[in-house]
Amino acid sequence: MKYSFFPGCSLERNAAAYLQSTLAIAKPLDLDFQEVEDWNCCGATEYISLNKTAAFALIARNLAQAAKADGLKEMAVPCSACYLNLRKVDKYLGEDARLYKNVSTALAAGGLSYQPGSVTARHLLDIVVNDVGYSAIQAKVTKPLKGLRLAPYYGCFIVRPGFGEWDSQEYPTSLDRLLKVLGAEVIDFPMKAHCCGGHMTQVSEATGMEMIRRLIKGAVDYRADAIVTVCPMCQMNLDAFQPNMNRFFRTSYQMPILYFTQMMGIAFGMDAAALGFGSEFISARPVLAKIGVEAPPEQPAPKKSRRDDKSLPMPKMGEQ
Amino acid sequence: MTILTVGSSHAASPQAVSKPLTFLEEVEAATPGNSRLSMCIQCGTCGGSCPSAADMDHTPRQIFAMIRAGLRDEVLSSNTPWFCVSCYYCTVRCPQEIHITDIMYTLKRLSVQARKYDDSRAPDFSRQFITWVENYGRAYELGLMSLFILRHNPFGAIRMAPMGMGMVTKGRLDFTPKSIKGIDGLKAILAKAKELEVSNEV
Amino acid sequence: MSEQRIGVYVCHCGSNIAGMVDVADVAQWAAGHLKDRGVVIARDYKFMCSSTGQELIEKDIKDLGLTRVVVAACSPHLHEATFRKACANAGLNPYLCELVSIREQDSWVHTDRAAATEKAKAIVSGGVERVRYNEPLEPLTVPIHPATLIVGGGIAGIQAALEIADAGFPVYLVEKEPSIGGHMAQFDKTFPTLDCSACILTPKMVSVGSHPNITMMTWSEVEKVEGYVGNFTVTVRKKARSVNTDLCTGCGVCQEKCPRRVIDDVYEAGLGYRKAIYTPFPQAVPKWPVIDRENCIFFERGTCKACQKFCPTGAIAFEQQDEIVTINVGNIILATGFDLFDPRRIPQYGYGRLANVFTSLEFERLSNAAGPTNGHVVLRDGVTEPQQVAIVHCVGSRDRKYNNYCSNICCMQSLKFAHLVKEHCPGATVYQFYIDMRTPSKGYDEFYQRGLEEGTLFVRGRVAEVTDAARLPGEEGKLIVQVEDTLAGKQRRIPVDMVILSCGLEPRRGAKELAKVFGISCSADGWYIEKHPKLDPIATMTEGIFIAGCAQGPKDIPASVAQGAAAAARVLGRIQQKQIALEPIRATVNEDKCSGCRVCNELCPYNAIVFHADRGVSEVNPALCQGCGTCVAACPAGAISGTGFSNEQIFAQLDGLLMNNISKSSVPA
Repeated sequence: MKYSFFPGCSLERNAAAYLQSTLAIAKPLDLDFQEVEDWNCCGATEYISLNKTAAFALIARNLAQAAKADGLKEMAVPCSACYLNLRKVDKYLGEDARLYKNVSTALAAGGLSYQPGSVTARHLLDIVVNDVGYSAIQAKVTKPLKGLRLAPYYGCFIVRPGFGEWDSQEYPTSLDRLLKVLGAEVIDFPMKAHCCGGHMTQVSEATGMEMIRRLIKGAVDYRADAIVTVCPMCQMNLDAFQPNMNRFFRTSYQMPILYFTQMMGIAFGMDAAALGFGSEFISARPVLAKIGVEAPPEQPAPKKSRRDDKSLPMPKMGEQ
Repeated sequence: MTILTVGSSHAASPQAVSKPLTFLEEVEAATPGNSRLSMCIQCGTCGGSCPSAADMDHTPRQIFAMIRAGLRDEVLSSNTPWFCVSCYYCTVRCPQEIHITDIMYTLKRLSVQARKYDDSRAPDFSRQFITWVENYGRAYELGLMSLFILRHNPFGAIRMAPMGMGMVTKGRLDFTPKSIKGIDGLKAILAKAKELEVSNEV
Repeated sequence: MSEQRIGVYVCHCGSNIAGMVDVADVAQWAAGHLKDRGVVIARDYKFMCSSTGQELIEKDIKDLGLTRVVVAACSPHLHEATFRKACANAGLNPYLCELVSIREQDSWVHTDRAAATEKAKAIVSGGVERVRYNEPLEPLTVPIHPATLIVGGGIAGIQAALEIADAGFPVYLVEKEPSIGGHMAQFDKTFPTLDCSACILTPKMVSVGSHPNITMMTWSEVEKVEGYVGNFTVTVRKKARSVNTDLCTGCGVCQEKCPRRVIDDVYEAGLGYRKAIYTPFPQAVPKWPVIDRENCIFFERGTCKACQKFCPTGAIAFEQQDEIVTINVGNIILATGFDLFDPRRIPQYGYGRLANVFTSLEFERLSNAAGPTNGHVVLRDGVTEPQQVAIVHCVGSRDRKYNNYCSNICCMQSLKFAHLVKEHCPGATVYQFYIDMRTPSKGYDEFYQRGLEEGTLFVRGRVAEVTDAARLPGEEGKLIVQVEDTLAGKQRRIPVDMVILSCGLEPRRGAKELAKVFGISCSADGWYIEKHPKLDPIATMTEGIFIAGCAQGPKDIPASVAQGAAAAARVLGRIQQKQIALEPIRATVNEDKCSGCRVCNELCPYNAIVFHADRGVSEVNPALCQGCGTCVAACPAGAISGTGFSNEQIFAQLDGLLMNNISKSSVPA
């Protein structure tokens, strides 16, 4: 399956592990990625804070560049912020005639043009779970992640505001299912779609650190071995800033933060070094060591006899 | 106060008479698409959902009440839009389907133009980020962080040092900015866009 | 055609029409330009619908020998009947009168006076041309069968049934559950009086059960409806109870001995259990149990039969089959009630994942002394009493993503819950989270005052999320309600033990399908559509079919009772009249032109067309035909014509609108 590919600035260096592991798992999953020619920064949440038309034009340049690739209507985007920006701009250009007119004029000044709807940005996770599919992925698993308790962490942009509606905005489950298929035990992480805080670590340290603390604490409370993420910003906040957060709150959390593509690669039997392991601040070595090791059986809760069990039935939940 | 032709983004009045816009109309016109800001019933779901609300001067809901009341100066000197993390919880939970996050971005832009917001950290962070993008076409973290920290938190640089070192030793930091090939084209595009924004008052 | 003598009356309607249309000019124009088309008099008047206005018409008919009347005024929906009656009073067949709208179709939708006036002239001209082809018609009268079918045995249906039965007429009450009572039977107390719900309901249920004029068919559903007002033929499926009701005494031994316990999703709202053979609650009417065959061991594998072994009268009848019953009724009342909004659609409220989040109906069952916990308000462990309780308003209501509307009863219900929690759990702290407090009816705002006096803590803010992810000390092990206290202007995280969601009301899951069976419509939200939202909430556009209670829209018990009684009154009026006049606007098949292709047969939404195989032609049953015109348009041979909307009439009206008739006549300057 062929797709355009938009790595985004982070994947070049800061999140090189994400890029490396993405390209590594692409091959066995028959995903053919063609990098968008001469793409530029999407502006993250910064450009649009100070400009409107220019911010849309900045992102539209990428759409115009992607549209040049013949026949490749769908663009794989690993970074959640880039994904949201590319999708949002395409949508608004189609809806707001005046905005489109101005952006088109601006693009023309750079010799480019773009017709809204020509290119559909899709998050890498969406492509993996929906286009490749869980069964195809399961078929490639040679080293199931047995013994690992993983916290699936979506962050916000991938599910909200929810372009394409491919997972729930409040309680998404695609990554949960993916990790289960890889053989891991997946915790029901209540913070799984809560924001990592973005650039708040720089704007207001107290706010930024608190937002990171909530997520780490949430995963620790559920005894997760690692948090699995889908976005370079989230990874950096939770991982690179974790020591800072520990200092700020005088905690001593040691929660590894890994990319879902890295976990897939391990489950496919690939070498950890080839998947970018080693660049994380909180070492993933304990996580890797745990795979395949039988966890000691938990003490089962004493079973109440039917007569003593007065508990009321829970409502039925549908297929997750 | 902005003078704009009424009837640009509203279906309400068909007259093409120029008259000063209310602050509410100004914010709606400056937001792409149809923000639905006038539909607010002040239920407070946005303020209840916001992860950074505790640190805001005013909750998002209060800001919308203030916008409707025409309290332009108070709104644009509030830290609320700068503490928005764009998590979109408010937007997806709002029962009136108001595009709250988009409005927050508008308020950021208006706040910078109005120069009423005292704390320059957030606007400067964005400015620094943008400078590299506009000159190279890509983000440049080392440039952004070093200039930002020197300007705003030089003594804090010492506290950031371990993390900075970590980024370097783990190979997660570029020492020089990368540039795109079509940087001239990008510059032309951005310049044109900014020109159109000012002239159309879009 | 013989020369017509047409009177034209142009109404000012105060300034509604006259404000935009120069009505005097229109009347004058008609008198002059349409003289050759048969207009002998044209008047304008302030309010044609007033008695003076009507008398103008009546006088002209008598004095000037008018043969046709055209009134240019409001929409026929409003006053067609008025002017027809005026004509009838003066001795002119009412169907020789046409009302053309120059208000809704003209003055109310235009802003250019000159253009609106010209348009009014065209509309009048069209009316004049059409009325020339009007024929004198006689309404069709059909007899009204005195029996009534009521679908739904909740409080609205029960009220309607008792009113009609007490007046001396037979009623069939069809209910899909094993017992009547509806949702009201599930509640603990009712607001604002805090009457015990079952205590005020069961006497009415008993009256229904023992009433000589009411035939109750519980555990039954309507499958097919044929016929028309006054003469409906309804097919009802009486599902097999597996119990011989002639022998069953309702002693309840079978339920005691049945070994198969099942979660009761309906009556106990999923919080309690019943057996495979069961009556939903002890005061059930009728008292006979039913066997839930899907969960019965005998029907699964042929063994057990404990109920049969222990039944003292030998009333168990496993071999019983569904019974199909056909009944004839004159009128039908639909009172099928509501279903609760499913809060699993709002994941951030935690229902289904967090154990101690409850729905409103679940809480009613907890609070009810006959409920699964014998009236103890406890957490889902069945034992612990909550110390702090949060009650959340507007769950699934007033929200464009779920239901746009307000569900009417949740504010009052939440106040009631707050009171009940304080009663059952002395010393508990109760929080109530609202956007507005809606307490409009008698005693309702006083109930709110009572809530304030009893110390309920009201927080104005729509709850953003309910979570178990503790963040601050004091939150561990609790459910945290995160909300903006809008009056204090701050986000708050409030730790509680139990959360009660006041879920919105929604139409019954099968309402749309049921509406098709009866030939009525649902609104976009799924509620049955009333004839007029202000002035006729209990009738539908289908003659003879009425709606009452929450099937028409969310409402409280007094309103449901009032609507049930109103529908009954309407039906009783019809029954007393013994016959009803149907609009003679009907389709007729010209048998000479009919080729027997039968295209019309399948198209008729009212199944009003029959095919006579012996003669090879179709025929329209005038009683069933509603005059929709579908067959008229579809007939490839043009063999079907509508009385009151014939091809001649329509083409003539078009000619008139286009002012083609003017060029035919000599026009005085």
